[in-house]
Amino acid sequence: MNKYFYDLHIHSCLSPCGDNDMTPANIAGMGVINGLNIMALTDHNTCGNCPAFFKACKRHGIIPIAGMELTTAEDIHLVCLFDELDVAMSFDSEVKNHIMDIKNRPDIFGHQYYMDDEDKILGEEEKLLISATDYNVETAIALVHGYGGVCYPAHIDRTSNGMIATLGDIPLEYGFATVEFNNRENVESYREKYSAVKNAGVLCSSDAHYLWDINEAKHSLEIDDEPYSSALVRKNLLFNIINIKIK
Amino acid sequence: MTVNELIDKLELEVLNLEEGDRQIEGGYTGDLLSWVMGRAQSGDMWVTIMTNVNVIAVASLVDCACVVIAENAEIGDEVIAKAKAQGINLLRTPLSSYKICNEQILL
Repeated sequence: MNKYFYDLHIHSCLSPCGDNDMTPANIAGMGVINGLNIMALTDHNTCGNCPAFFKACKRHGIIPIAGMELTTAEDIHLVCLFDELDVAMSFDSEVKNHIMDIKNRPDIFGHQYYMDDEDKILGEEEKLLISATDYNVETAIALVHGYGGVCYPAHIDRTSNGMIATLGDIPLEYGFATVEFNNRENVESYREKYSAVKNAGVLCSSDAHYLWDINEAKHSLEIDDEPYSSALVRKNLLFNIINIKIK
Repeated sequence: MTVNELIDKLELEVLNLEEGDRQIEGGYTGDLLSWVMGRAQSGDMWVTIMTNVNVIAVASLVDCACVVIAENAEIGDEVIAKAKAQGINLLRTPLSSYKICNEQILL
C-alpha cells in the first residue's frame, strides 16, 4: 500500500471552456509542482488529448489516467476513467458519433485544441464538445462498463450539471459506488441527506479549467501497488472506485 | 413584438438591454442547456430558471431575441457582465416559466 495524491478531473484546452494554457504538458508539469502522483485528463465528451497527456506525464513521473467527462442526455456530467489508453480511445470514437451535431463557435465557447506533448497545436475540433450526448445515464453507465471503465457522477455538490441538481437525488438503481465532490466540506451533510451518498466512496477532484485550479497534494488514496507498475496502480485505483474502497 | 414592448407589457426587470428594438419571433422554454442549444431558434424569447454563465453562451449560439429568467432566480454579477459583453438582452420576472409564456402568448 502506498499513498497517492490525486486529481481525477482535469480539463485541457480541448474542452472549449478549458484555458488555452491547459496543454497536456502544462497540466503534467503543474501536477509535479503541486506534488500530485496520479492525474486523470477528463475533457468534455472526448479523450482526444489523452495520448499527449500520457507522454507528458511519463516525462514528469506522474501516473496518467485516460478519462472523459461525459455529458448525458439529461445534461448530467459523469466522470469516466479507463485503465488503458487505447481502450479510452476506442470509447472516444464511439462517443463522438453520439454528441449533438452543433458546430463550435470559438468566439463564444473558446477554442478546442488537439495538442501534442510539447505544446504544439495539432488541430482543432469543430464539433462543440460541451453539448450533450444522446446517452441517458443508464445507457452511459452500461457503455462505460462495457469498455471495462468506471464512471461516477461529477461534482454532485454543484448546481450546474451535477446529478443531484438535475435529478434531485442520486437514484440507487444506478449503483454508483463512488461520487465526486468539489468541496470535501459538503460530504457529511450530503451523506445525511442522500442515501446513495451515505456509504459511497468519495473523490475530491478539481474540475480544473485553469492551471491554478488543479488540486494541491491534499486528497490522497491508499493503493496496493506491489509489484509496482503504473499500470497496476491504475488498475487498482479503478478497482477501488468500483468497490467503495475510497473514503 | 419587440423586446422593449415585452418589457413594458409584462413589467420585466431589465438586467441587460442591448437591442430593445429586436423583434421577438417565437419562444422557447427549457432548462437543460444542451437541449435548448439544439432546439431553440434565432429570434426566440427563451425562458429559463437557469442562471449560470453558460446561459449567455447558449443564448449567443442560438441568437435569442432575449433571455427571460423566471421566478426571480438569483443571478450573479459575472453572468450579467457576460450578457453585456456578448450583447444579450437579459430580463427577469417573478412569474414562473409557465405563467410568463402564457402571458406573452396572450399579448
